[in-house]
Amino acid sequence: MTQVSSLEEKFLQVIDAEDKIEPKDWMPEEYRKTLIRQISQHAHSEIVGMLPEGNWITRAPSLKRKLALLAKVQDEAGHGLYLYSACETLGIDRETLLEQLHTGKAKYSSIFNYPTLTWADMGAIGWLVDGAAIMNQVPLCRCSYGPYARAMVRVCKEESFHQRQGYEIMTVLAKGSAEQKAMAQDALNRWWWPSLMMFGPNDSDSTHSEMSIRWKIKRFSNDELRQRFVDMTIPQADLLGLTVPDPMLKYNEAKKGYDFGPIDWDEFWNVVKGNGPCNEERLNARVKAHENGSWVREAAAAYAQKQAQIHNISKTA
Amino acid sequence: MNNNWPLYEVFIRSKNGLSHKHVGSLHASDADMALENARDVYTRRSEGVSIWVVKAADIRASDPGDASFLFEPAADKIYRHPTFYDVPDEVKHM
Repeated sequence: MTQVSSLEEKFLQVIDAEDKIEPKDWMPEEYRKTLIRQISQHAHSEIVGMLPEGNWITRAPSLKRKLALLAKVQDEAGHGLYLYSACETLGIDRETLLEQLHTGKAKYSSIFNYPTLTWADMGAIGWLVDGAAIMNQVPLCRCSYGPYARAMVRVCKEESFHQRQGYEIMTVLAKGSAEQKAMAQDALNRWWWPSLMMFGPNDSDSTHSEMSIRWKIKRFSNDELRQRFVDMTIPQADLLGLTVPDPMLKYNEAKKGYDFGPIDWDEFWNVVKGNGPCNEERLNARVKAHENGSWVREAAAAYAQKQAQIHNISKTA
Repeated sequence: MNNNWPLYEVFIRSKNGLSHKHVGSLHASDADMALENARDVYTRRSEGVSIWVVKAADIRASDPGDASFLFEPAADKIYRHPTFYDVPDEVKHM
């Protein structure tokens, strides 16, 4: 037996035993690469995800809503940090990760390439987008890679308020004036399909899924999670008195779940490839924020260097 | 010449999947010796699968006197918690 295959065998034993892989453990190169891609995409999504909501902070309809939105966006910055840090344990540095985002080499969740046109979008995002994210993230708390799993435990715990504040916004609008209810319905109409797309391509077309499941990075397939999300969300829409924009949606007694219409994958791939309504705006905003912050990073580095010099002088004096 | 060995703080991971946790400290002439001694002192009964040692002097700790201004502001930010938001009881999975 070659050395690598015996290492690989041991690695798979750890995975099969539901034990965790930690940064200094041997791991297949492809496992490392898959994790770097997934965790960095996840981190980028948290950071870019701040932009569509940031758009409404100054226009929130009350102080309560403004505080909630600020706290949510602040959480997302923190979640980006946890995830970048987990990713760095795999031997890639922060600067490279940011460069991959800024040059468009790395992707982030396509959902953030849609515009936030009305206040109801803050409700729909919290309810649907965070709902879909939670559906994806809860199983990741049991991911085979220790640092990622631990980061996800923190993220999930903190995120529990995000969805509720979104649903609360929807409840208030749905019970409000005719215009408010129409605004809530319009937001649901626009966010429903992109939310379903968040789970990724159908299992039959998903390139990375099989190994990710073998390695217990993922626990459930894209279609399984999407189905669960639909089954969970439709009764929530019913309670709001709102309708999901899918004429083919129907409860299937046999499978104890909903059948739903086909997803427009052309739209999905078009947005992934950079042609969504806001791709350019999001990336430009991110790059601009990074560039505008450069003087702060330079000043901090210069200050640290100066302090170190002062410290050295006082030590040798 | 000062021959006092520096103090190292010792962190042990009890099993893969869990974080390293602070268990105590020891003096050692360098990091390698700290690691060896930590192994002898802190893992005699299978307490760990991984050890970190960090020079105590390299740890910057917050001042207990600052605790109120550091941590009290979080106390009145109840909107960071899920229970702050009204969701009807009939709503499942939230």
